[in-house]
Amino acid sequence: MAKVFVEVIAKFTKDGKKVPLIIKWEDGRSFDIDRITDIRRAASLKAGGQGIRYRCRINGRETYLWLEEDKWFVESKT
Amino acid sequence: MAALPGPENVMDLKGTAILNMTRVILHSDLNNFYASVECLYNPEIRSHPVAVCGSQSTRHGIVLAKNNIAKQFGVKTGEAIWEARSKCPGLVVVRPNYMQYLRFSMLARKIYENYTNLIEAFGIDENWLDVTESTRLFGSGEKIADEIRRRIRYELGVTASVGVSFNKVFAKLGSDMKKPDATTVISPDNYKEKVWGLPASDMIYVGPSTRRKLAAVGINTIGDLACAPPGFLEKHLGQWGRTLWIFANGYDDSPVTRLDFQPCVKGVGNSLTTPRDLCTDEDVRILTYVLADSVAERLRRHHLKGRTVQICIRSSDLAFIERQGQLSHYTCTSSEIAEKALEIFANSWDWSKNIRMLGIRVTNVVAENECGQLSFFDDEKRLRREQLENSIDRIRSRFGHYSVQRAVLLKSGELNANPVEENVIHPVSFFR
Repeated sequence: MAKVFVEVIAKFTKDGKKVPLIIKWEDGRSFDIDRITDIRRAASLKAGGQGIRYRCRINGRETYLWLEEDKWFVESKT
Repeated sequence: MAALPGPENVMDLKGTAILNMTRVILHSDLNNFYASVECLYNPEIRSHPVAVCGSQSTRHGIVLAKNNIAKQFGVKTGEAIWEARSKCPGLVVVRPNYMQYLRFSMLARKIYENYTNLIEAFGIDENWLDVTESTRLFGSGEKIADEIRRRIRYELGVTASVGVSFNKVFAKLGSDMKKPDATTVISPDNYKEKVWGLPASDMIYVGPSTRRKLAAVGINTIGDLACAPPGFLEKHLGQWGRTLWIFANGYDDSPVTRLDFQPCVKGVGNSLTTPRDLCTDEDVRILTYVLADSVAERLRRHHLKGRTVQICIRSSDLAFIERQGQLSHYTCTSSEIAEKALEIFANSWDWSKNIRMLGIRVTNVVAENECGQLSFFDDEKRLRREQLENSIDRIRSRFGHYSVQRAVLLKSGELNANPVEENVIHPVSFFR
C-alpha cells in the first residue's frame, strides 16, 4: 500500500467541520463522495500516516480518506 | 492481574481516611518513541533494525532511539552511530524529525486529557496521570490504562506501556516492567513481590554512581534499599538516602502537577554542542553572544530578569565544569549577560583543552516589574539597551531570527545558531 496525497474539494461548515465532497485522483479523475459513514482519529499502518480518518462511500464502495494536518491522503494499492 | 482498589472499595473496607491516602497514578511511556514514529511513517523500514540518530556533521551523531529489532542487536541509546553499526551492520539510520515527535506528544496528551486534568510530562514521551477521581467515571486504573493504550495504538499508530500504582515512583517502575504495549499494576498488596526484587538501579534517580555506592554497602535491590535503616542510607548518600528509602517503600506522595499549573521559572539557559571544537577566545565570544541572545530573548518573553549568570563548559575530552557570577542588578539584556559570561569564562578557562559544548544560564530570577535598586549613573543607559533589545525581538518575530544580528556573529557561520527556535526544552524534573 502506498500513501498517495490527493486533492480534495471540501465543504467548511458553520460549526467548523470539514466535509470532503470530491476526491481528485492524480490521473485527473474525480470521484464524488456519496456519504461519510464515520469520522475519527486513526493511524494508517498500511500507508504510514496518522490523522482524522473519514470513511467514505464512493460508487457503493467504502474507502478511507485521511486529513493529516493540512493534507489529504488515501491508501493506494499501487 | 489484580486491579488497584477503587476509592469506593477502599472507603467500604477501611473508612474515609484511607480514601484520601490511596491514589491511582498512571505512568504512560510511549515505546521507542522516535523510532516508532519513524517506523509508522516509513512502512518499508519496519522489518529492519532502525535507529534515529542526530547529525554526524554537527557532531550530534548518537543514537537517540531505536526500534525493538535494533535493541535485540544490543544497540543502545546514547552510543555513537559507528558503535551501533558495528553491533548491527544492517542498521537503518534515520534523521530525527522533532516537529513530528512534538505533534505526536501533543496528540497523546490530548488522549490523556480525556481522563484527567492532572497530567505531568516527564520528557516528550512520558507522562504521569493522577486518575484517582476519574476511576468513578471510567473504572479502575487498570481499565483506564488499557483504554489509553488501545487509543494510542489505534489513533496514533504507536504503542505505550502504562504502569498503574499508588504513587509516581512505582507507576514509573510499572511502565518499564513490561514492554511494548502493556499495562503493569503495582498495588499496595503486591508491590513487595513485584518491586522489591528488582535491581536498585531500576528505580528513578538511582544512576550509575548511586548504584555503585549502594552496592559497596551491600544494597543491590529495591527491597534491600527499602529494608535498610534510613539513617544508614542518609549517612552514605546524604539527604538522597532518605528520599530513596521513601521511594523504595512506596511512601512517595509527590503530587502529579495540574494540567493548567505553570511552575515558576527558576532559571533560563541554553547550551550548544558546536559543529567543531572551540579553540580560541574569539570562538567563545561568538558562541557566548549566540547563547546570551537566546537566553535574554526567552527571559523577556517570560517577563523575567535575572541576576546570577552561570556558564557550563564541556571540554573536548568530555570533562565538565560549571561556574557562576553575580551581576550588580537584575537584567534581561543579552549584552550584560554576555559580558558577565565572558568575564566568568576568562577567569575559569586556561585553554589547556578545547571546548566541545558551552552553555549559559541566568538564575536568581524575578518578575520584570519587581522593584529593584536604582542607580544614579547607568539606569538610563540600561533602559535604552532594554528598549533596543525589545525592538530587536519585534523585528525578529516579523522577519525571522537572522534578520538582525550582531556583527561578531557574521565571522563564523557554523557557530551562529538560533537556539530559541532550534532547541526544544522539555520539562524534566521530578521534584517541582
